[in-house]
Amino acid sequence: MNLLSCSSNHCPLSSKVLASTSPPSKILKSSVRVRNLGWGERRDNMRNNRRVSKVVAYYGLKSPPYRLDALEPYMSQRTLEVHWGAHHRGYVEALNKQLAKNDILYGCTMDELIRVTYNNGNPLPEFNNAAQVWNHDFFWESMQPGGGEMPTLGILQQIEKDFASFANFKEKFIEAALTSFGSGWVWLVLKREKKCLAIVKTSNAVNPLVWNDIPIISLDLWEHAYYLDYKNDRAKYVNTFMNHLVSWNAAAARMARAQAFVNLGEPKIPVA
Amino acid sequence: MALRTLITRKTLKTTTPLGFRGLQTFSLPDLPYDYGDLEPAISGEIMQLHHQKHHQTYITNYNKALEQLDSAITKGDASTVVKLQGAIKFNGGGHVNHSIFWKNLAPVREGGGEPPKASLSSAIDSHFGSLEALVQKMNAEGAALQGSGWVWLAVDKEFKRLVVETTANQDPLVTKGPSLVPLLGIDVWEHAYYLQFFGFLAPGIASFNIPDVFAPQLQYKNVRPDYLKNIWKVINWKYAGEIYDKECP
Repeated sequence: MNLLSCSSNHCPLSSKVLASTSPPSKILKSSVRVRNLGWGERRDNMRNNRRVSKVVAYYGLKSPPYRLDALEPYMSQRTLEVHWGAHHRGYVEALNKQLAKNDILYGCTMDELIRVTYNNGNPLPEFNNAAQVWNHDFFWESMQPGGGEMPTLGILQQIEKDFASFANFKEKFIEAALTSFGSGWVWLVLKREKKCLAIVKTSNAVNPLVWNDIPIISLDLWEHAYYLDYKNDRAKYVNTFMNHLVSWNAAAARMARAQAFVNLGEPKIPVA
Repeated sequence: MALRTLITRKTLKTTTPLGFRGLQTFSLPDLPYDYGDLEPAISGEIMQLHHQKHHQTYITNYNKALEQLDSAITKGDASTVVKLQGAIKFNGGGHVNHSIFWKNLAPVREGGGEPPKASLSSAIDSHFGSLEALVQKMNAEGAALQGSGWVWLAVDKEFKRLVVETTANQDPLVTKGPSLVPLLGIDVWEHAYYLQFFGFLAPGIASFNIPDVFAPQLQYKNVRPDYLKNIWKVINWKYAGEIYDKECP
């Protein structure tokens, strides 16, 4: 149940598609119950012009769609406890603190917030926190226990169309991850204008939403994502992600939704 | 106690010349102290990983990039030369920065943590008010830096002025100003402190996705600021003073 309707078209975390049982990311945080008023009270309120207490809603920390030990031994429970429970939570709390002081930004949906605070490349202070909250939500859902292996059906077809083969895509993705300098992310995106899949590297908190593209899969390359498990061995982490963690189910769902917005080609109309 | 590497202190060695130009490659500089000597400010495990893995990787990749650059220059391949600039800036910068960093640290018994003396001390007082003010400023800028990077105390050799600067990723200080000479650099990449604050072997709490059941000992919000606060205990002000005196006699 979303208390504030998601007006944006570009929300790949549509809870309908992912069927996750986790709570919505915007939760009600109000200390005053708004109860049904009797006619007498309503009359009094109107007379005295009393205002109902302000209801506020902030972002909450959304849990990954699996237990924190579910990704062992490829991503340890410890890493998830720290990465999700400390880093991700820290971004959420920092964002809420910033939004408390800014009514205009507070009124945005998450997607709008990211785009507005990105400010065309000159990001506002809220961007880092907002984007990192979104990025981590997306990242947890890009992984699953028993992940890796091959995609199937539609997403596989599209990968083969845009990268010649799945093996080639995997090689390019890993290469992008290993040639990425500093903190950042690597993404498989569906480019809106070019109507094709592509691999994109971003630094720090930037994500493809700011270019109006649709992310399909992401990989966190900040050191905190892998340091506890792999220390400096980023190559091992990236290969493990591709072989054992990446959720092609989530990718397929996101791809299916993306096709509602991007026309990927002529439909196959059977000849009678 | 961790053993020192057996690699020599020489930082340059000449390989067989490629073309008519001799290509100088680089090797890992020796640390002037043992890995465990900076405890408890910086753990021996971090020092060893930082030196033997991270710094060594920068050097290896820098050498590779230089060889590729050399052959691209010889062939006149302009686009490859330009393409390699990113790798050179990153890996070369990583080598330069870390080489300075090791000299910026010293064990307590060799003067680590002792406040600066003489000319550097008076320069700090006149530019920042006091040593405490400088430390606070550097800690604040280091903690606020997003992603990975470095925080520097530098002297502008043109204006004879002390400045505090930050650089992103492995960008060397000169990218912020050609006349800036680094006196002290503090690495605020996560690899510089992560294991010390999160790597302890406390058993994980099986949290079953209940957000409130969470290990209370993880004070994430203060990890980088804590690291910055602690590192001053092993900062080698003597080295900084020597560099400063050389630039501003």
